[in-house]
Amino acid sequence: MYTEKVMEHFRNPRNVGEIEDADGIGQVGNAKCGDIMKIFLKIDDKDIITDVKFLTFGCGSAIASSSMATELIKGKHIDEAVALSNKAVIEALGGLPKVKVHCSVLAEQAVKAALYDYAQKSGKVIAGIEDYKPDEDVHDYDDEQL
Amino acid sequence: MMKQVYLDNAATTMVHKEVIETMDAYYGDLYGNPSSIYDFGQTAKKAINSARETIASVINAKADEIYFTGGGSESDNWAIKGVMAANRKKGNHIITSKIEHHAVLHTCEYLAKNGYEVTYLNVDSDGLISLSELEEAIRENTVLITIMFANNEIGTIQPIKEIGDIAKRHGALFHTDAVQAFGHVPIDVKEMNIDLLSSSAHKIHGPKGVGMLYIRKGIKIDNLIHGGAQESKKRAGTENVPGICGYSKAAEMAMDSMNERMSYVSGLRDRFLKKIPEAIENVRLNGHPTKRLPGNVNFSFEFIEGESLLLYLDMEGISASSGSACTSGALDPSHVLMAIGLPHEIAHGSLRLSLSEFTTEEDVDYTIEKLIGVVHRLRLMSPLYIRRK
Repeated sequence: MYTEKVMEHFRNPRNVGEIEDADGIGQVGNAKCGDIMKIFLKIDDKDIITDVKFLTFGCGSAIASSSMATELIKGKHIDEAVALSNKAVIEALGGLPKVKVHCSVLAEQAVKAALYDYAQKSGKVIAGIEDYKPDEDVHDYDDEQL
Repeated sequence: MMKQVYLDNAATTMVHKEVIETMDAYYGDLYGNPSSIYDFGQTAKKAINSARETIASVINAKADEIYFTGGGSESDNWAIKGVMAANRKKGNHIITSKIEHHAVLHTCEYLAKNGYEVTYLNVDSDGLISLSELEEAIRENTVLITIMFANNEIGTIQPIKEIGDIAKRHGALFHTDAVQAFGHVPIDVKEMNIDLLSSSAHKIHGPKGVGMLYIRKGIKIDNLIHGGAQESKKRAGTENVPGICGYSKAAEMAMDSMNERMSYVSGLRDRFLKKIPEAIENVRLNGHPTKRLPGNVNFSFEFIEGESLLLYLDMEGISASSGSACTSGALDPSHVLMAIGLPHEIAHGSLRLSLSEFTTEEDVDYTIEKLIGVVHRLRLMSPLYIRRK
């Protein structure tokens, strides 16, 4: 049901944990639906993401999507990170079953939520998430192209 | 090779080699059609009639009250649709419970869309229905009460004899989905006042795709499968002779071993029930502590989700099951876990281990050891657990 890449990230998730003095923290999802993702960012004075960690309550693809999303934004400028799409996460994972696409959406949103938190704390404005609000329910998300 | 521990016997079971040998004969040399009048066909006919005797004896029924079907879901569909259609003059009301198998629930929902009335009984936190609620739900137009013998997810065994007595007293028919109970715990359709009972072969180390419906003599029921005159003109289609003979062999073996097996398997079950809460914090037993199937273990592990638990266990060679939404692609966790009142997040973290006579004490201890590690690993990844610290 899952690609080898998904299973590999599930078996050996990258960047699991917390950052005590994080510059930005984002949490999306809820326990009722069975998935919660929390992302911690450490960002330097040049707006480069120097460290990223995640905590996830969820299924195999939720854990793999979180792991992959953190890999994709680590070492990147915040402007690049904010552009991370769920499709990029899916592509990097070699695909996700249709019923699991919402996991990649959660990963995208968790990154955006953490960047928004950083913007709020640092008084910056990050283009694209000026008025960021995570969608109420990503479980309805559907993409015929996938 | 990595150790393999199969703990999903409520899903399906390993077919006994004696069953395969029995079936081989009817796939091979004895391939005749039981409806043919020549001796070769009649050999097959005799085999299915002898199977009917054997299967009937498991539940203290008569052979002519056993009708072979294509499995448990067909039996449930037939029992409910057939009885409701044949007794339309009496009424259109069905009573069932919220924790039935989908073969019963979706059949009732289908009938409800077509003008029938359905009452869904609640269950308590252990998964038991209330007999007084059942009695109060019975009306003048109640035709059928359909309550499962034992639940497939949480293993709770219902007070079947008491339900049968209530049905009889009020003139309603009583059907029970006994797919998880048949051959695993004693069933006596006469003593328990059961009018119809569904069973499936592959839950008792028999083949997939064959089951039966017990229909007490004199019960009015319409056909579900129309066609030829097989099964006393009640269920058309050339009989699955190898399947039926394999089913019979499995039932015979289940009967012979039942007492010994019940005590062995429930001993292993109780080892899980005792050791898991000792070894892991924040766990909840789902289902009744004692009124449960010998082979059923079901726990919820707080702060983690069931699918990831299953995948990590699979990596250790352990096959199990969960009521988490993510294992089915649905949004909500299992309707059974919701009905016993579990909050969503606890229901998402459920694990069902279903045992068989092939499970060993070593399997149990290996599973508990691996479970401790896997639960810990997932909790260290969980924002719900970390926040709590």
